[in-house]
Amino acid sequence: MSKYLFYPGCSLQRTARPYIDSLLAIRELIGLELEEIEDWNCCGATEYVAVHHVAAYALVGRNLALAARQVDGTHTVMAACSACYLNLAKTDSYMRQDAHLAQQVNTALDAGGLQYTPGTVKVRHLLDIIVNDLGIEAVRAKVVRPLKGLRVAPYYGCMIARPDRDNRWDNVEHPLALDRLLKALGAEVIDFPMKTHCCGGHMTQINQASAYELIRRLIHGAAEYHADIMVTLCPMCQLNLDAYQSEMNRYFRTNYHVPIIYFTQLMGLAFGLEAEALGLGKEFVDPRPALSRIGIELPAAEPETVTVVEQPRRKKKDSGLPMPRMPGSKEADE
Amino acid sequence: MTEQQNLPAYQAASLPPFIPGSFLKEVMDATPGDSRLQMCIQCGTCGGSCPSAADMDHTPRQIFAMIRADMREAVLRSNTPWYCVSCYYCTVRCPQEVHITDVMYTLKRMAIREKLYDDSTAPDFSQTFIGYIENFGRSFEFGLATRHNLRHRPLQLPSMVPFGLGMLTKGRMDLTPQRIENIEQLQAILNRAIELEAT
Repeated sequence: MSKYLFYPGCSLQRTARPYIDSLLAIRELIGLELEEIEDWNCCGATEYVAVHHVAAYALVGRNLALAARQVDGTHTVMAACSACYLNLAKTDSYMRQDAHLAQQVNTALDAGGLQYTPGTVKVRHLLDIIVNDLGIEAVRAKVVRPLKGLRVAPYYGCMIARPDRDNRWDNVEHPLALDRLLKALGAEVIDFPMKTHCCGGHMTQINQASAYELIRRLIHGAAEYHADIMVTLCPMCQLNLDAYQSEMNRYFRTNYHVPIIYFTQLMGLAFGLEAEALGLGKEFVDPRPALSRIGIELPAAEPETVTVVEQPRRKKKDSGLPMPRMPGSKEADE
Repeated sequence: MTEQQNLPAYQAASLPPFIPGSFLKEVMDATPGDSRLQMCIQCGTCGGSCPSAADMDHTPRQIFAMIRADMREAVLRSNTPWYCVSCYYCTVRCPQEVHITDVMYTLKRMAIREKLYDDSTAPDFSQTFIGYIENFGRSFEFGLATRHNLRHRPLQLPSMVPFGLGMLTKGRMDLTPQRIENIEQLQAILNRAIELEAT
């Protein structure tokens, strides 16, 4: 068993509950021992640093200082969320480089009776630890139900591979760690050209047209390669691509259906674990058809509690110029 | 500059001189580490790599030229930093290794401090988000989404009901925020940090 200090982050407590559930379910099988950082706080995502400078680094500094107090046999802090990973790594790296910032952060931490010496802990992402510490072979050895015939798009998102100031990854634009891991599970991994493109981040809350276009590019890319399913390792990416996929389809009048699940869920399935223990079934885009293709049957969906009645579009009565219609579209036939 | 002394002579000699009190110097000083912003060669790799460039008033390259030209207000009023999605493509592709994403964060902070923005959606989102952190120590999606959308997109709220109910019934969202145990400690740290920013 290899032991790591664990920073779960806010998303894993709620929107990405299936991520942590599946991680905890596979943890023993892959020999991962986790010790949660006590009373950790939010990393600030991409928002705190847009408002405050010293406070944004002090916010993360508190987590690093708390982690440093728990250092016992391991110096490695593991985060599963990309934004948490980047914020922790970036704060430690900037505190190492910028003595003035390090001093300001420590002056702030002092107000709470804490101190942090930059470099005390090493910050790493879950995928990095699984692939580079525990090893692909250890994963392969646990596979009892190979995902043969399942075409998977490996989606890394932006913030784990970039900016990568500590050189943790093989490539900042086309990393291969997740590809190799998924191949070890027996899956057919597509050479996904959009693997580190942006999912839209917080844009769904700020400018939807802009967010939907970024979501469309990724979903379209995966569909072009006939991927059955897309695998992600970030709560924000999963939320944007899954929960907003139908909105995106409505916006562009498309009909994509690409289920988005966490790589830990797919690992659990290949290890023969039950879908329920892996948090499967909480997606907006149903992964059942894709998984049943390779003989993995998930329990039936709960009855839909919300039915949305689509209101027919009201026709304008003005005698303006006719709008262009796509051939074969509904309105053109009327 | 101390960085200039650490560089090989041929590079140090080619560094553009800082004009004291220039906007360029101000932006660089407000960015952690060495942002290398004065090294920009106006190649445009940043804008070409940016997934949001089409929505921006100015591409990152243009913004950097404007910073050098001391066009303070035009830079801070630009929507460019608010469309940055923090994907870091520009940062890793920049041949001069300018920390572009971090410079965008600096511009956001300056624009918020001076209230120089035409569309308040993104600045308000950031401020609502951090308000929950300051009160609870954790983010709170349900509160954030409801509050932000009530303020900025009230007419679209009905269309978001299926999303919200879906999140709640799937157990992916809570109606109440979680609070960390030692919130007083966090608040003391953040208050001290914000005092330091003011000096």
